[in-house]
Amino acid sequence: MPFTKVITRNFHLGHPASLKEYEASGGYEGLRKALKTLTPDETANVVMDSGLRGRGGAGFPTGKKWSFIEKQSPGPRYFVVNADEMEPGTFKDRFIMERDPHLLIEGIIIGGYATGIGQGYIFIRYEYKDAADALTAAIAEAKSAGYLGRDIMGSGFSMDIEVHRSAGRYECGEETALLNALEGKRATPRSKPPFPPVAGLWQRPTVINNVETVANVAPILSMGADAWKSLARSKDGAGVKLYGVSGRVKNPGLFELPIGTPLRELIEVHAGGMQDGYRFKACLPGGASTQLLTPEHLDVEMDFEQVVKAGSRLGTGCVTVLDDTCCTVRAMVNLTTFFTRESCGWCTPCRDGLPFVLDILKRIEDGDATLEDIEILKENCDVIYPNTFCAFAPGAVSPVLSMLSLFRDEVEEHVKLGRCPLKS
Amino acid sequence: MLSEDRLRELKARVASLDHPEGAVVDVMHEVQDAYGYLSDDGVELVADIVGLPASHVEGLATFYNLIYRRPVGRKVIHVCDSISCWVVGMEDVFEHLKKKLGVGLGGTTTDGAFTLLPICCLGSCHEAPAMMVGDRIYGNLTPAKIDEILEREKT
Repeated sequence: MPFTKVITRNFHLGHPASLKEYEASGGYEGLRKALKTLTPDETANVVMDSGLRGRGGAGFPTGKKWSFIEKQSPGPRYFVVNADEMEPGTFKDRFIMERDPHLLIEGIIIGGYATGIGQGYIFIRYEYKDAADALTAAIAEAKSAGYLGRDIMGSGFSMDIEVHRSAGRYECGEETALLNALEGKRATPRSKPPFPPVAGLWQRPTVINNVETVANVAPILSMGADAWKSLARSKDGAGVKLYGVSGRVKNPGLFELPIGTPLRELIEVHAGGMQDGYRFKACLPGGASTQLLTPEHLDVEMDFEQVVKAGSRLGTGCVTVLDDTCCTVRAMVNLTTFFTRESCGWCTPCRDGLPFVLDILKRIEDGDATLEDIEILKENCDVIYPNTFCAFAPGAVSPVLSMLSLFRDEVEEHVKLGRCPLKS
Repeated sequence: MLSEDRLRELKARVASLDHPEGAVVDVMHEVQDAYGYLSDDGVELVADIVGLPASHVEGLATFYNLIYRRPVGRKVIHVCDSISCWVVGMEDVFEHLKKKLGVGLGGTTTDGAFTLLPICCLGSCHEAPAMMVGDRIYGNLTPAKIDEILEREKT
């Protein structure tokens, strides 16, 4: 089915699309439409009607989030873009910023207009230097062209955007921890409520959106809410998704597709299927914090509700494929090592619970565990899951719990054999 | 080395902000870039520039993966050890680098050129396994490619 690219239309250029190249592809038409023909509220309603949901992992309806901003409240408000992409297996936001920085910028300006916010920050992970440089250059271009700064297109609306480079830590991607990082504090999470739209950056009303979420805003305005929404493949889905596939597939990469594209199609058609000599064993459908899916789930439509029904989460929509040479216990050791190391240390179940989970996993892998240890592993994960200060540790134990329910035999094999069954 | 002029410039710029403490990460980067790593003196310098207690800056410096509180080589090699790189042979990359550089994890080569450290996902999953040398990300690593990169990146 032929499909016109919406958010990846300039990726083929292979370099950050310049302002000219961006405008030639229809760029800044959405902003023009908003500023010249719509009020801020009407602009916000377009996004609400589109059904756009957050693309950072949580899937919260974007229009709804924006509606929480009290436009009449005096004092500064902030529009923050979460560009701290660090979820293992995820590489979509990097490409949006490196290949089409103006797409993100236009979305921020429209978002600022819609919510009455005049100051934007892009919080970007330090390792994405090329993306940060591309964004900084594009912001300067946009400012010269009058798309940023004072009285944009004579609308009376003014906005500035700054890029803030972080210094490396996964928890900075948690929205309230991100705010603390911007405020010069350790990136530990905050108690919610209050939520950022009520009290966010410097305790001011703040919108925080993921890069891919904002990247859809300008196309939604220029195409219209219904046209964008109807690109979806799933029945109640909305719009397009930038999916990723990695692992031992023939064609790993990013694929912009209608949201609701089946997992099987994503892996077998777009990613070219498994490399010769390898077979699909399982996958993480949306990053390290999601539950495993197995061959029986391959027909799931990759949209929010559908993946939840299958026992996992859409998350970032970037799939890591585990092949038949991958031991699931060893995969969990790798994942849990990441989470244990990146724990911000704020709350006890995460800080002290994850190292314990990791220890049991390692002993299982080394053949030094008992069947009772497997029960203790499950118990610990079950206790951690509902008792933490933020979504980090529930994410950490999600894949482990899914291993226990989907690959219990393989885990018990380790105990019975006294070694990993995949090691000869 | 940060010159007196630059220090004065930084202090003035920070003081002019509505929220000076918001600049602390930028200042940490600049001081670290100037001195190679963030020493105890560096922490105090950052604290002085931004107007925060040194203990607060220490809390930040030890929180961030890319702020180094110990001396590091002229370039740091951060090898991704997350799941997508693991699937396609990340462990071999580590082994090759350890052997080639003659260091363990966290070690610095005797000529001071490189320090070897892990890092979480670099967003290069489509060209795994990957590593970052200095501030450049490299993917599709093979032993030959790694050797070539080290040659090119050595200072």
